[in-house]
Amino acid sequence: MRYAMAVDTKKCVGCSDCVVACQTENNVPIGYCRDWIVEVVDGTYPQLELEIRSERCNHCANSPCVRCCPTGASHYSDGGIVLVTHDECIGCGACIASCPYDARYPHPDGYVDKCTFCIHRVREGQQPACVEVCPTKCLYFGDLEDPESDVSKVLKKRKYKTLIPEAGTDPQLYFLI
Amino acid sequence: MKEELIVSGRLNEYIDPNLHIWGWEIPLYLFLGGLAAGILFFAALFYLQGKENEYKAAVKWAPLLTPIFLILGLTALFLDLHHKPYFWQLYTNIKFQSPMSWGAWTLMVVTPLSIIWSATYIREVFPKWDWKYRWLYQLEEFFQSKRTEMAWILVVFSVILGIYTGILLSAFNARPLWNTSILGPLFLASGLSAGAALIMMMSKNKLERKLFSKLDLILITLELFFIVHLFMGFLASTQVQIEAAELFLGGPYTLPFWIFVVFIGMIIPAFLEWWELKGHHIPAYLPAMLILFGNIMLRFLITYAGQASRYLY
Ligand code: SF4
Ligand code: SF4
Repeated sequence: MRYAMAVDTKKCVGCSDCVVACQTENNVPIGYCRDWIVEVVDGTYPQLELEIRSERCNHCANSPCVRCCPTGASHYSDGGIVLVTHDECIGCGACIASCPYDARYPHPDGYVDKCTFCIHRVREGQQPACVEVCPTKCLYFGDLEDPESDVSKVLKKRKYKTLIPEAGTDPQLYFLI
Repeated sequence: MKEELIVSGRLNEYIDPNLHIWGWEIPLYLFLGGLAAGILFFAALFYLQGKENEYKAAVKWAPLLTPIFLILGLTALFLDLHHKPYFWQLYTNIKFQSPMSWGAWTLMVVTPLSIIWSATYIREVFPKWDWKYRWLYQLEEFFQSKRTEMAWILVVFSVILGIYTGILLSAFNARPLWNTSILGPLFLASGLSAGAALIMMMSKNKLERKLFSKLDLILITLELFFIVHLFMGFLASTQVQIEAAELFLGGPYTLPFWIFVVFIGMIIPAFLEWWELKGHHIPAYLPAMLILFGNIMLRFLITYAGQASRYLY
């Protein structure tokens, strides 16, 4: 099993519904976020190109955050989802410094927090909250090893990229372009 | 003009707009760890060479300070933790891939050894010292007979500790400025040079002062070589590393780095020591203090600038 997510940058309108859904579902403290919107404008006026991405932890298959964690609090769980066990985390910040995507943050309670791909929902057969709520249906989640999953199907059809693969992290968040 | 404009909706504390998860605690911890490693390395080395009575400052006096440095360093590390009640998790796990983990364990080996080493010499340094209990005197006698074994362990572990202070940072490939293997040797050399400087400052013996003055001169030359190497490596590497180097070559860290670390912390003390070796009189504390100052600045600037260096995507 290999959980992954695909984000359709052509359909995303940057409404931030995924951000709010995540904050509500996961009780993210006010002022913080586990997923966020990035808008990139490229080119020379008036020939501009806009890319909108809903970003979150890439659940890297070769994740520096798991490697750098001194206690094992950061670990791989079902289907390669990268999780933090709160009461093993000492809040040293090593994982935060090691993530090239800056996908983690120190929770005001002390431990480090980040996207979990809503593993508590996935285990019950549901979709992550952000995927569920997206009004343009531009997020696809599922098992890459299952050719029938939403994410496998869309990656077969479309061109995609990952973010800074040269960082050697083997990210599992795919951006359809 | 072709431009790229990136707007992010994320504003997490300590992460945005620039990573600042590590404040003064980590660089202080790295400095104190490196300094203690430097002192203990020379103490053990000269003990093994049978020079304990010739180089008293190195073998007997300066090590008395190392337990203080190491405990202060560990306190700084502790203060840096955001989830303090779970501190003990650091010592119920060993993760060899995580420098933070094996570094913390190395400290757990070196700190008690530094305390024991100092304790075996304390009555020699402070003749009025009284252990009060008989069993403490027996313990002292036991460890005095084990100095050679302790020195061997210290030689190895002080080098590991010294190099660890650099490797802790170089393991993070997300921060291009840190992600260079030269940081380990650079921090080791700078820790040894800080140790030598402190020994030189404490020494009352001309021969010993001269030896450590020479050692410092060699170590500073080595450090300068590593620094040149560091920037050569960056400039011949990928765009992210070129940008990381530019933080020190025209960017916001340029003046503090070249003035505080290289000029005041290395070139001036090297010149003063060379002058002294030529037979002129220079008070020992002057180059020593400058070296220690440069050492602290090196740790602070590399830790801070590293957090400003990143991949852009
Ligand atoms: S994106 Fe960052 S936090 Fe997520 S798995 Fe990769 S390195 Fe770890
Ligand atoms: S902050 Fe927590 S999860 Fe992150 S590396 Fe330290 S102990 Fe591990």
